Amino acid sequence: MDADRRPLSPRAATALAYGLPLAFLAVFFAFPLATIVARGLTGDGAGPALAVLADPLTREVVWFTVWQAVASTVLTLVVALPAAAVLGRYDFPGRSVVRAAVVVPFVLPTVVVALAFLAVLPERLERGWLPILIAHAFFNVAVVVRVVGTFWAGLDRRVSEAAATLGAGPGRRFREVTLPLLAPALAAAAAIVFLFSFTSFGVVLILGGPRYATIEAEIYNQAVRLFDLRAAAVLSLVQLGFVAAAVAATMRLEAKLAVAGILRAERDVLRRPRTTGEKALVAASVGGLAIFLGAPLAVLVERSLAVGGGHGLAAYRALAHPTSALLAAPWEAVANSLVYAVAATALALAVGGLAAFAVASPGGSRLLDGLLMLPLGASAVMLGFGIVISFDRPPFDFRAAPWIVPVAQALVAIPFVVRIVAPALRAIDQRQREAAALLGAPPSRVRREVDLPVVSRALAVAAGFAFAISLGEFGATVFLARPDRPTLPVAIFRFLGRPGELNAAQAYALAVILMAVTALSVFAVDRIRVRRGGWV
Amino acid sequence: MTKCHKLVCAALAAAAALALTLATAACGGGEKPTEVVLLTHDSFALSDGVKQAFERESGLTWRILQAGDAGEVVTKALLTAGNPEGDVLFGVDNNLLARALEGNLFVPYESPGLASVDATWVLDPEHRVTPIDHGEVCLNYDKAWFAERGLAPPASLDDLTKPEYRKLLVVENPATSTPGLAFLLATVARYGEGGWQDYWRRLRANGVLVVDGWEEAYTVRFSGAAGSKGNRPIVVSYASSPPAEVIFRTPRPEEAPTGVVESSCFRQIEFAGILRGARNEEGARKLIDFLLSRRFQEDIPLQMFVFPVNREAKLPPEFERFAVVPPDPLTLPPEEIEANRERWVDEWTRIVVR
Amino acid sequence: MLEVEEVTVRFGETLALDRISLEVADGEVVTVLGPSGSGKTTLLRVIAGLQRPDAGRVLLDGRDLAGVPPHRRGIGLVFQDHALFQHRDVWGNVAFGLRMRGEPRAAIDRRVGELLELVGLAGYERRSVATLSGGEAQRVALARALAPEPRVLLLDEPLGSLDRRLRDRLLDDLGRLFAELRVTALYVTHDQAEAFALGDRVAVMRAGRVVQTGTPDELWARPADADVARFLGLRNVWDGRIVRPEAVSVQRVEGGAGGGDGVVEAAVRQGPTVRLVVRLDDGSALEAAVASLDHPLPGDRVRVDVDRAGVVELVEPVSDTAT
Repeated sequence: MDADRRPLSPRAATALAYGLPLAFLAVFFAFPLATIVARGLTGDGAGPALAVLADPLTREVVWFTVWQAVASTVLTLVVALPAAAVLGRYDFPGRSVVRAAVVVPFVLPTVVVALAFLAVLPERLERGWLPILIAHAFFNVAVVVRVVGTFWAGLDRRVSEAAATLGAGPGRRFREVTLPLLAPALAAAAAIVFLFSFTSFGVVLILGGPRYATIEAEIYNQAVRLFDLRAAAVLSLVQLGFVAAAVAATMRLEAKLAVAGILRAERDVLRRPRTTGEKALVAASVGGLAIFLGAPLAVLVERSLAVGGGHGLAAYRALAHPTSALLAAPWEAVANSLVYAVAATALALAVGGLAAFAVASPGGSRLLDGLLMLPLGASAVMLGFGIVISFDRPPFDFRAAPWIVPVAQALVAIPFVVRIVAPALRAIDQRQREAAALLGAPPSRVRREVDLPVVSRALAVAAGFAFAISLGEFGATVFLARPDRPTLPVAIFRFLGRPGELNAAQAYALAVILMAVTALSVFAVDRIRVRRGGWV
Repeated sequence: MTKCHKLVCAALAAAAALALTLATAACGGGEKPTEVVLLTHDSFALSDGVKQAFERESGLTWRILQAGDAGEVVTKALLTAGNPEGDVLFGVDNNLLARALEGNLFVPYESPGLASVDATWVLDPEHRVTPIDHGEVCLNYDKAWFAERGLAPPASLDDLTKPEYRKLLVVENPATSTPGLAFLLATVARYGEGGWQDYWRRLRANGVLVVDGWEEAYTVRFSGAAGSKGNRPIVVSYASSPPAEVIFRTPRPEEAPTGVVESSCFRQIEFAGILRGARNEEGARKLIDFLLSRRFQEDIPLQMFVFPVNREAKLPPEFERFAVVPPDPLTLPPEEIEANRERWVDEWTRIVVR
Repeated sequence: MLEVEEVTVRFGETLALDRISLEVADGEVVTVLGPSGSGKTTLLRVIAGLQRPDAGRVLLDGRDLAGVPPHRRGIGLVFQDHALFQHRDVWGNVAFGLRMRGEPRAAIDRRVGELLELVGLAGYERRSVATLSGGEAQRVALARALAPEPRVLLLDEPLGSLDRRLRDRLLDDLGRLFAELRVTALYVTHDQAEAFALGDRVAVMRAGRVVQTGTPDELWARPADADVARFLGLRNVWDGRIVRPEAVSVQRVEGGAGGGDGVVEAAVRQGPTVRLVVRLDDGSALEAAVASLDHPLPGDRVRVDVDRAGVVELVEPVSDTAT
């Protein structure tokens, strides 16, 4: 019925909401990627390109990439849903800590996590597809818990209660009431997990062993190791094709699943667990997640303390001193990471927020939504190289510009902002906007007075994600020339790349610091929302 | 709209920042360059004082750009050939050299510093690249492990196929790892084009473990690394790894806990070159000279854990005591590596992994 | 004066408003009475500027409102289910329109206080709207709409979701408020009692058209057609004539089957009167309202008399233009 209403918003605002994100995407994504792919494909006609596709190895890689991504997504959902349910239904001591803590694995460099997994997994499980799936679930639990859990916490409890009075048991209620209402958030989260797993690289190489490769890993192999740009270009088109298809399917699904409803304040929805059963449910869900996420993280903490045959803080103390591993004192990496993260978050919120308004406005284009998701699934290697060869002439020589790093990180973070903010915007009761308009608020004021406060929760979640993505980002920026300002993941990587006990311990110590910084930042962002948004 | 919307404001601010950067960048050209830019890999390191020394002597600002491992940096340089991101590229090794030269990346420069460098290290007679350091990829072994069992450490590549060394070796995948590739090349150099395949079949039968990268092989699988819970006492690493095991351990041991199988070593030489299209070619020459100077060369071992090529450079005491410079390491001509690398790796994958 | 002229709104195939015309004079309260789906809400949305009409005009004091966005119309709307801003407290809701006008804080505080007092919620400023009862929420919605002193106040079934007692009380309050503030208002409802209680005039809507306009007495006295009559609650309609239930007297026939006109089918007490449905011997049903403690019971055979004064001839279908 909202579709029949014609909103009277100024053209300029709409043009900006569409124009800026599209321009950003065109300049920093489509153009560089097209340039590098074109470079790879020029000359020799279509024959060699088709030969790459006909190679049985290519088909094997594509098949493995697809099925492991699907299986990883399913496993992540299974692992994360109980915790999402508990966070979406119950208020309990430490709830906000749990919400912040789940983000930690998401930001850790893949190498670090993979090494921690090797230490935790029983030897039989160390190699093959199973540890890959487990690691993907470990990384992506945050996506499901936060996206779905937040949406869940906004669902009117009474709908489910109504079903209960109609004789539906808990299982029935979940299947027939909660699940359909939750479906859009589930689809959004699943799509993101799928894309991350689809383009997974480090985890697959280390935990899969030499036998397994994703398309992304093969692109890297072709472009960097073999310098076969043509094969890399063809493969990145194949990958982009799959990603586009997945995104299109998600859009369809979400459009079909979307239920216009009024999101309610968390305060009205959440309640303390009362019965023993409820308490056990909360304890089991949170406890199970804590073990799953905590065991590998505990290993990292232990490693960071292991020096000189015993345990101590030597590695942490060493971080204050210059080291051969970095061109700066290691603690500076913390500051660098924070600066980049703030910049990337601001950029992602500005561009992604505008896009979310465009996407969520009545009659808004889902195409924009879909386009903005593509960078999530595009080849980081090729995009990095594309940026290098696209912006190489003054005054457009951005190759070593300090802001190109946050821009690249924002590309990955923007889809999160859109995915998280747009559903919340869509769920705003249109009549609230109308009421504001009738009380004299022009459209821009309506956005500020109604939309923004209502979606502040979603914006905070999005900001937390953008921040975390930027803190942990490694793949997309590794190819961009960084002046001698290492970020935390880069510093970790360098320490790990050197022999010697202290270097390894410092790498793990920095990983622990990254974990702490992430958890604290996300926790703080959650707090800001609580104070200002009025959602309590 | 009287006041601008928060998001709009943020967007406008971002756009303004972009415009500003463009303007600043545009104003940069014209005058004599005051900085020299070194493009290098993530493993590059130097002491603070050394950097300042160059800047003081040359009057130039030395900017360092790091972008990934050596393969990634060379790939980027190839993509931007003729319009490079920096003036000097450091970090091409002999595995990548032929590819870099074929790609016409560098302009020739014969540094006067080469007078102190043995001809062994100079692989390009046209001096498009200048050797800076060398390091050897060698099998390392855990001394304590072998001592406890009364077993002699392996003395040759052949030993690794013997039953008493069953399930003791961990190597890196040559498709994804630089030392892994170097070790494959070592076996090619040792057993020849027709013989290395059979050697690897025997290694496989003897339980070799292949992992993705050096980090996992050395810090997780190798029993000799400090704090490691690994159970493989032989690993593919570097000739300089034993001194690192001493330097980064507290308290420092009297003797290196790990040893090197000298006959297994494969030589890697790292080169620097002036990038074609460099904005500051004069500064680039000064930088190459500096990289060959004693000041920088003596800084190399403890910063990058490789050896200087300048014969006048003094090694630090830790290196004098614990490092091994294999007198006669295995080598292959860069052109041969370039021509066969892909085929060898494919063949290796079929033999060892499938 | 608010004038709606020949307004048409189509939603795809369906005609939500069909050349509808209506006037509300200054200080007048017009109620729009119609069943759900008759287009009442759409009419309000057109007037408020939330729905662009496919044809026709809306004029306020002679000025065409076409192209004037909702926030510049100076028209207030009380939504059916309040549509309060959940993210603001009571003060934030009532003050909203005043803030939009850029009033100074002190003036806003004063006015919010006045309005809350007016609707009987003095001291509620800092209450979260989530904690309000239905009646309280409705009062806040009303105060919010009234705060910026709109030229015209539109109310969309504002009492629809409240219980009967609360509704009756609010109905009284609203009537008093409208009179006190001399509000120009258009009030939409499906409840005939509400429409008659509040409206200086009542417009009856059906299928996107106004079928009759008049004062409550006029409507009651002379419904335009059988449907209007039935919608007003008059059931005794026969070929162009209505028999008022209060004009029907019913007397129990004792003993044999010889006398009487029919049998009582149902008897429902409605306060002081009892509504009887009598099935006449010719098969038709007649409704009677009797004020007696000793009324016939279902199954009783009765004699029926009709007072001629209570028989009304229906007017010809009137034009939609309110005059």
